Amino acid sequence: MTDERPLIELERKIAGGDFQSAGDVSSELKRILQQVGFPPPFSRRVVIAAYEAEMNVVIHAWRGIFRAWIFPNRVHIEVDDEGPGIPDLELAFQEGYSTAPPHIREMGFGAGYGLSNMKKCSDRLEIDTRVGEGTKVIMDFFLNPS
Amino acid sequence: MEVFHSVFLDEEKCKGCTHCIRRCPTEAIRVKGGKARIDEERCTDCGECIRTCPNHAKYAQTDSLEALQEFRYTIALPAPAFYAQFKFTIPLGKVLNGLLRLGFNEVFEVARGAEILAAEIVRFLQRRDLVLPVISSACPAVVRLVEVKFPSLLDNLLPLDSPLGVAAKIARLGALKKGYRPEEVGVFFITPCPAKVTEARQSGKGLGRIDGAISMASIYARLVSELHLVEDIPDLQIAGFKGIGWARSGGEQESLGEGEYMAVDGIHNVISVFEKIEVGELKGVVYCEAQACVGGCVGGVLAVQNPFIAKVNVNHLMKKYSVFRPWSEEEMETWRRAGVFARERVYEAKEVMKLDRDFQKAMEKYQRIEHLLERLPGLDCGACGSPTCRALAEDVVQGKAEEIDCPFLLRDNMLELAKEIYALASKVPQTMSGKRREDIGGSNSGPCATS
Repeated sequence: MTDERPLIELERKIAGGDFQSAGDVSSELKRILQQVGFPPPFSRRVVIAAYEAEMNVVIHAWRGIFRAWIFPNRVHIEVDDEGPGIPDLELAFQEGYSTAPPHIREMGFGAGYGLSNMKKCSDRLEIDTRVGEGTKVIMDFFLNPS
Repeated sequence: MEVFHSVFLDEEKCKGCTHCIRRCPTEAIRVKGGKARIDEERCTDCGECIRTCPNHAKYAQTDSLEALQEFRYTIALPAPAFYAQFKFTIPLGKVLNGLLRLGFNEVFEVARGAEILAAEIVRFLQRRDLVLPVISSACPAVVRLVEVKFPSLLDNLLPLDSPLGVAAKIARLGALKKGYRPEEVGVFFITPCPAKVTEARQSGKGLGRIDGAISMASIYARLVSELHLVEDIPDLQIAGFKGIGWARSGGEQESLGEGEYMAVDGIHNVISVFEKIEVGELKGVVYCEAQACVGGCVGGVLAVQNPFIAKVNVNHLMKKYSVFRPWSEEEMETWRRAGVFARERVYEAKEVMKLDRDFQKAMEKYQRIEHLLERLPGLDCGACGSPTCRALAEDVVQGKAEEIDCPFLLRDNMLELAKEIYALASKVPQTMSGKRREDIGGSNSGPCATS
């Protein structure tokens, strides 16, 4: 993080397996971006990536914390979870690959596009994962990518 | 841009109850000075407030049949949902002839426009550069909802005109071909809803001009008593099951044939589906039919028949008129060149959700809203005249309301004030020290007992 102060900070807890509130955090983030006045295409890619990150916690992890920092020209997101971690990160980046159990996939979640989608939508993606401990997803979105 | 609307308030009937503000999908209504006020920028003309108002204070402003007299040649464009207002045993040739009896020179079925449009949609969906899912542009309230609330989905909107627009243009072309001058031809839509009235008012001056929108309910009232006197002219009825089906939810996607299509109806359901589209959850769906009214157009607020019974009528009519009368590829090409399928108005983000034009100021306003929200009760009771506590906080920050419009905050403030008054009153002037403490029943500290 730089010295520049974010204008809005958002911190929300996410509970693993809580499909009822799944998506609430990204909805809140969407509303903020819209009200503040980010261009719709920018907001859309931030929200898609945020939603994927949020859903990953709901589907795979036990609990997590979603943090977003909104700057005038960029958005920084960190999603930290306690969960099983990702054993093979490279494999997880492949479109269509999923570790979601069958009952989750039957519900239409965990189609295996999460990580690749996050990569597509963000300008910088960093994943720090430890098997059996958890995963940390860090994403940056720049309004005018240099 | 000029903003036209067709939902209005009858001030005398409005009691200032807050039913409508909670139901409005774009939070466009506030109760101010005891009356509901509609914010035109936000209003999508969906008609939810008309439906929900217990005092019938909201109404749709439509045109009357008198407007026909301004034109030499008039064409009625009945909505597919209009057919469903009558019992399915009544032949459509009778219903359409009934319109002629009311003074129209010609009828052109919007259901026919829908059939023709469906063919063009199928062609459009074969393009490779589509932003999926393509969202139907048939329901003007949905189009406006995207413009107001889902600007990131503007590219998903089908860039083709609605069945009404297509029908109006083909009908007008026909009249011009007969030799009438453009200003002599009056095209009138028999509308199921206020959103379509607005669409008609925004239709411009060109080929797609719609000269008036007459309420389905008022036409029904005129027709129902004399329909038994009207002769059935089967030839008036051209549209088949594909077009008639557009009267209710699901008919549009059915008319496109096989494919990965979906249908959603009811504006609040539409919102929940659009939220899913925004986060990329509707993968694999190519076309999304979306209608603001539950049940589709048969659920419009200007319909007479119960929408579920109307749906039964539609299903019967679809069986009864299970024909498909094709048109030639040359005709299609002529219509295309004439701009029959092109939208006259481009989609634009309304950006009414933005807190400020200035980014920095918008951020500051957001923070002030969050700050104020912490002090509001979070009951979303509507007693302040805003639909939710968040909406009140936004209104306060935008200078449109005051904190103490919230009765809970007002009470808190009064309590604080009472405490201050009490504290002040408890202070004894130096000259009175020791003399009056008990008179005001005040604090138990002080020198009164000892001196």
